[in-house]
Amino acid sequence: MTDRSDDLQQIPDVGGPAQPLLSVRGLTRHFALKGGLFGGLGAPRAVVRAVDGISFDLRKGETLGIVGESGCGKSTTSRLIMALMRPTAGEIVFDGQTIGPGGLTLKEYRRQVQMVFQDSYASLNPRLTVGDSIAFAPQVHGMARQGANARARELLAAVGLEPNQFGGRYPHELSGGQRQRVNIARALALRPRLIILDEPVSALDKSVEAQVLNLLMDLKSDFGLTYLFISHDLGVVHHVSDRVLVMYLGQVAEIGPVDRIYAGAAHPYTAALLDSRPSMDPANRRTEPPLTGDPPNPIDPPSGCRFHPRCRFMEPPCSTTVPPLATAGPDHRAACLMALPGSGHSQAPAMAA
Amino acid sequence: MTGNLVEARDLHVRFVTRDATVRAVNGVSFDLAPRETLCILGESGSGKSVTLRALMRLNPAKRTVVEGRLRVGGHDLVAAKERTLSDIRGSVVSMIFQEPMTALDPVFTIGRQIRETILRHEAVGRAEADRRALELLELVQIPSARRRLDAYPHEMSGGLRQRAMIAIALSCRPKLLLADEPTTALDATVQIQILLLLKQLQAELGMGMIFVTHDLGVAGEIADRVAVMYAGRFVEEGPVGALMRAPLHPYTRGLLGATVHDQPRGQRLTTIPGAPPNLEHLPRGCAFAPRCALAEAACLPAVPTLRGPEPGHRARCIRVQECGLERAA
Amino acid sequence: MMFYVIRRILYAVPIALSVGLVCFMLVHIAPGDPVNAIVPPDAPQAVVEQVRRAYGLDKPLPVQFALWLGHVLQGDLGRSLATGRPVWEELRGAVANTLRLAVVASVLGFLIGAVLGGLSGVFRGRLIDRAATTVAVAGVSVPHYWLGMVLVITFSVTFNVLPAMGAGPDNAAGWGWDWAHIRHLILPSVTLAVIPAGIITRAIRGTVSEILGQEFIGTLRGKGLRGRTVAYHVVINAAPQVLAVMGLQLGYLMGGSILVETVFSWPGTGFLLNSAIFQRDIPVLQGTILVLAIFFVLVNLMVDLMQTVLDPRISRA
Repeated sequence: MTDRSDDLQQIPDVGGPAQPLLSVRGLTRHFALKGGLFGGLGAPRAVVRAVDGISFDLRKGETLGIVGESGCGKSTTSRLIMALMRPTAGEIVFDGQTIGPGGLTLKEYRRQVQMVFQDSYASLNPRLTVGDSIAFAPQVHGMARQGANARARELLAAVGLEPNQFGGRYPHELSGGQRQRVNIARALALRPRLIILDEPVSALDKSVEAQVLNLLMDLKSDFGLTYLFISHDLGVVHHVSDRVLVMYLGQVAEIGPVDRIYAGAAHPYTAALLDSRPSMDPANRRTEPPLTGDPPNPIDPPSGCRFHPRCRFMEPPCSTTVPPLATAGPDHRAACLMALPGSGHSQAPAMAA
Repeated sequence: MTGNLVEARDLHVRFVTRDATVRAVNGVSFDLAPRETLCILGESGSGKSVTLRALMRLNPAKRTVVEGRLRVGGHDLVAAKERTLSDIRGSVVSMIFQEPMTALDPVFTIGRQIRETILRHEAVGRAEADRRALELLELVQIPSARRRLDAYPHEMSGGLRQRAMIAIALSCRPKLLLADEPTTALDATVQIQILLLLKQLQAELGMGMIFVTHDLGVAGEIADRVAVMYAGRFVEEGPVGALMRAPLHPYTRGLLGATVHDQPRGQRLTTIPGAPPNLEHLPRGCAFAPRCALAEAACLPAVPTLRGPEPGHRARCIRVQECGLERAA
Repeated sequence: MMFYVIRRILYAVPIALSVGLVCFMLVHIAPGDPVNAIVPPDAPQAVVEQVRRAYGLDKPLPVQFALWLGHVLQGDLGRSLATGRPVWEELRGAVANTLRLAVVASVLGFLIGAVLGGLSGVFRGRLIDRAATTVAVAGVSVPHYWLGMVLVITFSVTFNVLPAMGAGPDNAAGWGWDWAHIRHLILPSVTLAVIPAGIITRAIRGTVSEILGQEFIGTLRGKGLRGRTVAYHVVINAAPQVLAVMGLQLGYLMGGSILVETVFSWPGTGFLLNSAIFQRDIPVLQGTILVLAIFFVLVNLMVDLMQTVLDPRISRA
């Protein structure tokens, strides 16, 4: 066993502010479904294309929100980025370095990237006190036990839980909001640079949700963090994010500054999604749903643009051409033929001369 | 008897076990007119689901004590025996639940589950029941309805399952539909479809609806009236527009402030400090006082009565007359 | 679905073969030269060798196994070393007797278990639950041969109402479903039924209680369905798990309880195995174990298929 250190420092910035903290290129993850006469021995019957070639950059110090519905692949994406799963294809580059042989080791990577999950109870070991849970990771990474415990107490205080009162408690003795705070403290224990938040407030009551969101905002500025915030709640994403990425059936539909997109989305799916939010103004009620049918299954996605069977603006090119991410405004891109000059869609802008 | 579909007066529900008595509902009174939609808004522990189930006497029989007056569709539900209650459930009053995957029997087909309800309450033959089941699936806009009659719950997606559950609930044309957070587990685009479907069906079938939710947006989208519930009581009730534009009770204000909806980014959300009270030991006075920024000594001796600047919009807060004036200012 | 059924049947084949191999090997691992069972201890060496060759006991083990397997697939299980008669003849009667006992004991055990289990599942925590559970635990804990002897002492010796041994009047061969034979069946089947009754009580109690806690029960009540209909739903939901337990219990009982059959001198496979073990009668041992194991594999297969039919959530891929 190597010498145990007294404290863990945040790993310093490598590439400078202009370099994206996380760069994802062509990230793909397929799941094969078994079937046939001999179970797994035959060719797989079908493939679930959970994530099918997504690319984006995550800038230092920003909060990037990822939204989408069931089957869009946002949870799988979060696990791929967290290296909890190996991608079928594509690469992840963290601050200029790849993950794997020749770049960052998994252990080094995990020191810098941490995750908070939706189910606060299932994420905690029911047999460890919350203090022990938080102190666990630093000890794994070489910190002495005393130092790790001191750090745990510090973090409990930072998330608003009095260490003397809460440090010795077990997860089942805490409320949902308190448990989620513990999970956040645990994510901070290694002084990461990036925290992936996978629906962190979805299971909480509204008033508790507000408390946790405020806490996350405070911690971000206190500790210089970057957030990847995954949620199905469009309002929450709007409130916390700088930019938003919309996913549909395993691909990126739109990405750009959150205010721009919420004011006027370029992709018809994003527009429909935003339109689906129940209005807080009873005088302004809808009569027709913006989108009919259920979010489709990622097995056997439609050809061309995956949204075309449900799109109001569908035209023949949409079923044959896979739209690339086209520029729809400053720093704003959408995977729609209507935004791609010369794509053949009637709404597309003319090609530049 | 008035023309009201539901009349509840001073409803109390408590769960009595050897160790403790949990007072889940503490004096709820309201009326519901036919074709009206009431949203009961509250967080976990407020008693909203218990109230809803009490409207069908669906709470666990052994432990539950229900007191007060409750008339639904002309039937007295507090005095009724189990036999009468089981006749009423499914035919006069029906309920849909939050998670259709667990709320439907996993080993029976959808068609069977619809048929079963029809055969229980109406004197028709199996063929007629099957025909009506198909009609119902089409009514709730399930595509390929005929095929889906033979489908099992786990073979359908979340949105379709919820539609199937609605079909089952509506199979005997109930006068009152109770909905316990039916869209909470659904995706955004599906949620709005289901909400609109429910509104449409309500109009078509002439039903009253009582909807329990924690989401103010949902209330805004479908309610006629809203009742905000806290610690087993209605702390505010009123028409949806008035309540959301100008809430009277500090708790309602807190909920509105905490709900994310177009607040400027970077601005902290208003939070309600503290936690809901323990329902085993309710305070004598206003249950919200310990968490209320405006609390004063007069809040503590007794539960405030409902009062308001206009009939129909009232709140349990001693400051309400003042709030009414503040609103004008 | 067809693929699934065919696949399950095909899986049974290697299992049966493995079982055959295991029982073949076990018998040869046991100490004692099988030839000594046939020839008297003072026989000259030449005779011993002759007998050994005649019974194929001089060949290498894999060859013996292959030969044996070849014969089995043709329906020839060899000849008993002790009596010289074909093994199948010895087995036939014994297997039939054990099956009769096993089926009757199972049905009895299932009925008792279903009633006790159902009651304790529905009324969990109450007096009836505790009483039923006590009975179940007692049933599983009591040594069944001891129980058998107690029953014999009580009913055969003291009260003299039921016979103590044998499968028929005067131990005549053959069986008939008449009172003369059935009265021989009563005590041994009650004795054997006690363990499955206990196990099934516990299984049903757990399953029923779990199902009653699920949300859809509330939906059923909310539809206005009456107790009887709800009970029907519970039974169908519980069936896959419960039938699996029952099937396994039936399988075990078909293996024949050596102890109970000995206590009651019931001429079944247990009895047969007992004597074959002492006599090192290898062909009989192998044949009996193989037949019983095949039965067990078949019962398992039935249970698997039945579960798939009853529970739509199990993939029929």
